[in-house]
Amino acid sequence: MPQWDLANSDCVLVMGSNMAENHPIAFRFVLQAKARGATIIHADPRFTRTSAMADIYAPIRAGTDVAFLGGIIRHVLEHDLWFREWAIPYTNIATILGEDYRDAEDGDGLFSGWQEESRKYSPESWQYEGVTMPSALAESYVDTEGFCEATKRLHEGPPPRDPTLQHPRCVYQVMKRHFARYTPEMVERVTGCPREVFLKVCEALARNSGRERTTAICYAVGWNHHSTGVQIIRSGAILQALLGNVGRPGGGMLALRGHTSIQGSTDIPTLYDMLPGYLPQPHAFKPHSTLESYLDAETSPTGWWRNFPKYAVSLLRAWYGEAAAPENGWGFDWVPRIVGDHSQLPLTVAMRNRIIRGLFVMGQNPVVGSSNSLLVQRGLADLDWMVVRDFAETDTASFWRDGHLVRSGGMRPEDIRTEVFLMPAALSGEKAGSFTNTHRLLQWHDKVVPPPGDSRSEHWFVYHLGRRLKDLYAASEREEDRAIRALTWEYPVDDEGEPDAEAILQEINGYTWPDRTLLPDFEALKEDGSTACGCWIYSGVFPKPGENRSRARRPDGPEGPGTHLGWGFAWPSNRRTLNNRASADPEGRPWSERKRLVWWDEAKQEWASPDQIDFPKDKRPDYEPDWSRKPAGMDAISGRQPFIMIPDGVAGLFVPSGLKDGPLPAHYEPVESPVANPLYGQSISPAAKRWEHADNPVHGTGDPRWPHVLTTFRLTEHHSGGTPTRLVPTTAELQPEGFAEIPTELARALGIRSTDWVVISTPRGAIETRALVTDRLRPWRLDGRMVHQIALPWHFGWVGYATGDVANVLTAVVGDPNTGMHENKALTCALRPGRLRRAGGAGVAREAR
Amino acid sequence: MSRQPPRRGLAERAAEFAREWSVPRQLRGADHRREAAEAAISRTLRPRLEEADRVGTSICPYCAVGCAQLIYARDGRPIHVEGDPRSPVNQGTLCPKGAATFGLMTSPMRLDRCLHRVPGATAWREVTLDWAMDRIAHLVRRTRDETFVKDLPDGTPLNHTLGIASMGGATLDNEENYLIKKLFSGGLGMVFVENQARV
Repeated sequence: MPQWDLANSDCVLVMGSNMAENHPIAFRFVLQAKARGATIIHADPRFTRTSAMADIYAPIRAGTDVAFLGGIIRHVLEHDLWFREWAIPYTNIATILGEDYRDAEDGDGLFSGWQEESRKYSPESWQYEGVTMPSALAESYVDTEGFCEATKRLHEGPPPRDPTLQHPRCVYQVMKRHFARYTPEMVERVTGCPREVFLKVCEALARNSGRERTTAICYAVGWNHHSTGVQIIRSGAILQALLGNVGRPGGGMLALRGHTSIQGSTDIPTLYDMLPGYLPQPHAFKPHSTLESYLDAETSPTGWWRNFPKYAVSLLRAWYGEAAAPENGWGFDWVPRIVGDHSQLPLTVAMRNRIIRGLFVMGQNPVVGSSNSLLVQRGLADLDWMVVRDFAETDTASFWRDGHLVRSGGMRPEDIRTEVFLMPAALSGEKAGSFTNTHRLLQWHDKVVPPPGDSRSEHWFVYHLGRRLKDLYAASEREEDRAIRALTWEYPVDDEGEPDAEAILQEINGYTWPDRTLLPDFEALKEDGSTACGCWIYSGVFPKPGENRSRARRPDGPEGPGTHLGWGFAWPSNRRTLNNRASADPEGRPWSERKRLVWWDEAKQEWASPDQIDFPKDKRPDYEPDWSRKPAGMDAISGRQPFIMIPDGVAGLFVPSGLKDGPLPAHYEPVESPVANPLYGQSISPAAKRWEHADNPVHGTGDPRWPHVLTTFRLTEHHSGGTPTRLVPTTAELQPEGFAEIPTELARALGIRSTDWVVISTPRGAIETRALVTDRLRPWRLDGRMVHQIALPWHFGWVGYATGDVANVLTAVVGDPNTGMHENKALTCALRPGRLRRAGGAGVAREAR
Repeated sequence: MSRQPPRRGLAERAAEFAREWSVPRQLRGADHRREAAEAAISRTLRPRLEEADRVGTSICPYCAVGCAQLIYARDGRPIHVEGDPRSPVNQGTLCPKGAATFGLMTSPMRLDRCLHRVPGATAWREVTLDWAMDRIAHLVRRTRDETFVKDLPDGTPLNHTLGIASMGGATLDNEENYLIKKLFSGGLGMVFVENQARV
């Protein structure tokens, strides 16, 4: 949902986010909603400025979000408070599951399909009755023989449904049973949130959903950074789908992302597992050995993803140009295959294991920002070479001189053999280009001034590095060098050698091949090699020469509809609210005048809206697929199914495939937790990613040596790894030094006062910092004992005007099964007053275990 | 950019007070909200932005909210950064980080030369951009050639190197991310390509 649409919400739940402090400008819209009478709720382990502005503050223990949200889902189902007319046609709540499914209720926390040897789930038993579902995103083939063949059944008819919801295996009945024990009493026991506060939250959400009203959820990495992160977000999405708060004005889920173009770098992924536009990176152990088998395995039989081959072939044409031909699968054979998880966490372990020997770091500061900083720093010392590109010396760039290994690890710079380059980088304002911000909005920034001295953009650096490498490989006849030789790399440059960013955006937008006429949008893409497109979802951003729509700066006036279609460009096709067909009822009428966004115009025979329609514009609401003809793609999606990217056109409350830790969210304790799971015998997520390494010890549940809960957070005045704020005088002056928030009761017990030095330790390492004793953190009574929670801002390091010890020295390389994201929002630690003993030569400072 | 008034003696300041004090002017009939309220110093002040010879649109480099900014520059150097009032996202406002963008661009800690650290060295040395680029290209080729794996023993194609990794992208432009993914993955066969999306 667009951020400004929050002003249209009747209720906003902020959870997993301290929005007032970390996304203050977006929080203005929450406050505008509040001024119009909306109810604002904040659920969080810490009482923050967001809590202070909220009507209801619900305190919860870090890492118990699924229990809290699962409790709301149960309440809504149990008391029939969900939006029936919306959810029955628009979700899979009526769909009937196969007979093999066993819920976590029957497996004491394990769903059916768990394979103990490989520590993985097989999703075969999670399928609908008689129908195997591909996943919409990159996960459809799940190590299961015949899986993609089985999905072809989708051509024969829709999955079986029981709209009366009486069938014992329909999703409604399965969910009711799955969440039955998530009672207010259980919520209080697990999360610590008083039941009367919890019930107030349930009532506010239910009261502000339905035909006339909508509720929005805002979340940030306070949801992601758990070993159950994806299932926390799923819980929020299930709730919104039950309440009908998707695709409607003031309704939805707003992901408050952390970096300016983190959305853009996900869409055009500098990520290991995807190609641009959410196409899967080919995998050596999936049927991806040829383009033909890759397209066969990854193309969904029904829904929009039926167009997958057009996007894949057009990308290959953009990359390999003239060298791409049907004989070499349009160059598919040259695309590197992944063999497992190559994401951030295993990347740091692979450096330490000397698998990685050279490293580029561009605008990131992993010594401060990555989990288990001592492991990271040791890994950097194991590299042959590293190139750091940033606007100043970062903690990562100077690890060999000022890092923990040298300060307290007994190493000398002379012992560190890494060759390091530190290259000055241009900032926005000193280079032209586009960012994609939260809510998928592409916004261009101009080059206003030249970057200082030898500072260059990454356009410049990557372009000229590529040019040099193409020269070095020009004479090679080796098959393994064909890709670099074939890669299209002709971009116009200016007098300084800076490539034209608009020319790159035009390649991303797509053009015809070989005459390079810009394409109006992704509907023009073909799979026969006659179009080239660098990222299909961005197609339309540059439809004509001179028309860079990310540079559009025409906001709606005060009398305008407020969709601001003339400000920037939101992918796909400038649609501001995704799935907005759901803002009309199955017949195509707005659910209410108050929440009007999209409607069927019978006279014009098309959908109408002040937004762009996220649905085929002329598909009648009463269109039904003719199953006797085995329809494919969008032909198999009826006129009343708003979720066109999902193969069966409806929102998945229950997810048959695509998730690695279960088809429904279940509460698991964090991998490091002070208590065992009150809900299931399976205490932690069975599928959580673990990397065994001597430098990465992780302790078991309830270890008395690490009695306190530790959570991490961000400050208004600092940004992520800290480089762009610790080195800036104003922000450094506002937050000059690292600290830890310590609850008053614990501080009193240990004799700690504010500004005292304290030492915090985990099995990975120990840091010293100043205490900030506060009532913002409350103690929890869990299973008869008091548990305290300590909170650490994680921006600090040794570089800059504002310094402090590195919080990530304490955190572990442990991850969510689906995303590989770390669990830095919930772990456990020890605390004592005093300072670290840093004895030279005694190894990196560690507290006695 | 602010203009400090020169230091003056007591007599001069007393004279100025008598001259500038608002009350006599009000008694003479001047409007206390207009002429009578005007101080001598304000007559000499000019808007800072008047000195700009260029203004361009930008987007805040910090979080993902996407606040629009206006960058004012003179002689090729930034002199001011402020929120763009036209933006439906921020309507001219900026948070403490966004308001620090000018300080980011002009930080005294900013680097403008390429630095190189020889293995085992205890300090940086300055190198030219050209030398650094050539050296990096050479290292990339050497490491890639030493670690590239074309196929698995059973013939399954890999076409990759695990020997070189890349981190970063979330602070960079879409076009920069595109070139990184295209060259590193599509051209060189690197698979350890990651950004802050999981951090």
